[in-house]
Amino acid sequence: MILYTAVTLFAVLLFLPTVVSELPSWYFKVIPTEKIHLGLDLQGGMHLVLEVEAEKAVESYLERIKNNLREELRDRGIPVGKLEREKNNQIVMEVSGDKEKWEKLISQRYGILQELSTTPLEKGIWRVTFVLDPRQVEQVKKNAIDQALETIRNRIDQFGVSEPEITLQGVDRILIQLPGIRDPQRAINLIGRTALLEFKLVDEEGNLEEALKGNIPEGSIILYQRVVDPKTGGTKKIPWLLKEKTLMTGEVLKDARVAIDSQFGEPYVALEFDDIGAKLFEQITGANVKKRLAIILDDNVYSAPVIQEKIGGGRAQITGRFDMKEASDLAIVLRAGALPAPVKIIEQRSVGPSLGQDSIRKGIFSTIVSAILIVLFMIFYYRGAGVIANIALILNVLFVLGALAIFRATLTLPGIAGLVLSIGMAVDANILIHERIKEELRWGKTIRAAIEQGYHRAFVTIIDSNLTTLIAALFLYQFGTGPVRGFAVTLSIGILANIFTAVYVTRWVFDFLTLRLKVKRLSI
Amino acid sequence: MEIIPPNARFDFIGKKKYTFWISILAILVSLGSIFLQGGLRYGVDFAGGILIQVRFSKGVEISEVRRAMEEIGLKDAMVQNFGEENEFLIRLEKSAMDLEEMSKKIQASLQERFKEKALEIRRVEVVGPKVGKDLKRKALWAIGLSFLAMLVYVAWRFKQVSYGLGGIVALIHDIIVTFGAISIARLEFSLSLMAVILTIIGFSINDTIVIFDRVRENIKKMRKESLENIFNTSINETLGRTILTSGTVMMVVIVLFFFGGPVIHDFAFTLMIGLISGTYSTIYVASPVVLFWNRLISKKRKG
Repeated sequence: MILYTAVTLFAVLLFLPTVVSELPSWYFKVIPTEKIHLGLDLQGGMHLVLEVEAEKAVESYLERIKNNLREELRDRGIPVGKLEREKNNQIVMEVSGDKEKWEKLISQRYGILQELSTTPLEKGIWRVTFVLDPRQVEQVKKNAIDQALETIRNRIDQFGVSEPEITLQGVDRILIQLPGIRDPQRAINLIGRTALLEFKLVDEEGNLEEALKGNIPEGSIILYQRVVDPKTGGTKKIPWLLKEKTLMTGEVLKDARVAIDSQFGEPYVALEFDDIGAKLFEQITGANVKKRLAIILDDNVYSAPVIQEKIGGGRAQITGRFDMKEASDLAIVLRAGALPAPVKIIEQRSVGPSLGQDSIRKGIFSTIVSAILIVLFMIFYYRGAGVIANIALILNVLFVLGALAIFRATLTLPGIAGLVLSIGMAVDANILIHERIKEELRWGKTIRAAIEQGYHRAFVTIIDSNLTTLIAALFLYQFGTGPVRGFAVTLSIGILANIFTAVYVTRWVFDFLTLRLKVKRLSI
Repeated sequence: MEIIPPNARFDFIGKKKYTFWISILAILVSLGSIFLQGGLRYGVDFAGGILIQVRFSKGVEISEVRRAMEEIGLKDAMVQNFGEENEFLIRLEKSAMDLEEMSKKIQASLQERFKEKALEIRRVEVVGPKVGKDLKRKALWAIGLSFLAMLVYVAWRFKQVSYGLGGIVALIHDIIVTFGAISIARLEFSLSLMAVILTIIGFSINDTIVIFDRVRENIKKMRKESLENIFNTSINETLGRTILTSGTVMMVVIVLFFFGGPVIHDFAFTLMIGLISGTYSTIYVASPVVLFWNRLISKKRKG
């Protein structure tokens, strides 16, 4: 008796925060619970799955190795011709001169490159093919994914979403759940952007016209600047011929903030570099006075001002006709850092808050109508015993909701299907018991014997059918994904609650009535 | 109160020659419909693509939405009414292009075109084709393995493989019939219907075990009777419970069907079919399979 009351009370206490909006704060210190978490399909919000293109991180890693290698060969006076990155994480190098010299450099400084083949071309020229150590490839990929997760977490934190969920799914996927978000598109732009900030010099010797025809000078590239025409509102793409070499990246940023241009009243993003960045920026600007320095974000040129003088103090700015939202989002992504590799959105689901509320309202309404129907039916058909069954059913639902609250499980639409099934099985359990007791009574047994036998026999049936379903639910949970799991969780909890309420709680009530209160006639 | 007279003796098992053909027919019709329509119509969840649910506060004709889609070059976009009058579903199944970009484009053009109609984009789903395939594969695996687990458990509890087999064959029957109904009603197989399939599996196996359990009990009491008779008696004895339980659950499903809103509508319809099939299959699929299997074994022993 005490046990049943205690368990019931506990379940009610767990469930209470979900229905009562204001509870004193001490409540949550005493009771280990929260509101039941509603899935995004009920609450509204956005569900995103991103795939990190970790291959790209390996490519840019290899690109850096290649550039370093070229410089070090040059520093050591080793003549190097072709030096290129090829498919399958390979680097092909054509060197001449002292073979020992470059072999020593490679083995000492580039242990992560494995020599695949070395063939003599002409007199004294060697072609060497390297491949990046597969272990290193894995490491770079893993780092890229970890860092992407961290960066995205930072961005979302700064964007300000309550209770976001950001987790790794499988090897290279990131699952993001943002409850209650109003502007999904903006969040997507913020999360999905690589935000790689680069500074490159404009190639002023090269001929842009020629380059556009396809004759791009060695070591240069073409990137575009998007310019919005204020009169027509259309965008124009302006090509720039730039030196391929990146002088500086966003890694050296200390801070990025939105500021307003005092002259035109337009927002821009003010950058502040850390100590290393400030020194580097001073060097770069000092060495390239009167040249143009392009500020590039994700391969888009934002501006390419002429360096008037050496710039100390480690400050720069990005301008580009932003509105306030764009500028502040840009500042967020720059502060949070660049993604080490681009991400691809492979799944997006967003549910507006009004739709979620609709689902909840209709869900609650049809639940109440069905509950009333079931309760009335049980009383109509089983009379007094129906009341007992109803107590069991109500307790069952309470326990399930309490369990959902304490385990912090999330209630979704498929979860509600699981709940419906478990309630159906709870009704069934009560019907099984009652029908069995009636059968026993019909065979002329006394009330006590009929109850005894009825429970005893029905128990086997209930255990078998519930356990079979529970086993299925456990397998679904173990091997299923999102929605299948949501179903399995509520079903499993429901079945456990069912065995407890239908078999033990009602039994206790029957016993109490017949043994303590000495009821002689069973209303069933 | 009694819904079924206690001494009822309907000859269920005797009808199995006819019901066998009914089952076969139902399965053939189901498979036929699925086959003729070139497989199930998968929703965005499984097939990949874009789904946008939009609601206008002022009257908008479906043709206007269609035209808006055509104007941005999306002739394949399906537009349909959804629930209330000014609410529409726009669906696009294309996997070759960048779905995320496409979804942005559709939303932007809707915002632009129906500025004065106070539109609200209520739901957006963009699912890459790989994700849908993954989901399908994993769901199939999970269901398959759970079948195997149930088969083993039931066979162990009832000390005979035939019972496990009977239960699983009945489940497969129910799933095929339900898929058939989904196909004939031209519903789209989405995540919520997937949840229905799982629910049907739960109800069907539950139903089957209740009767098997009674058979197990009666085998001890009615040693001289044939297994056919024992099955028939058991089905009759549990008939009251079968009707009461199925009836109660059906009552709830009907409530869902009428009050649950458009999302729940398909859900409830499918569940209804599955429940009917589940109750039927317990009596006319699961039981005959056990009988058939046992006869096969006893013949083998004699032969």
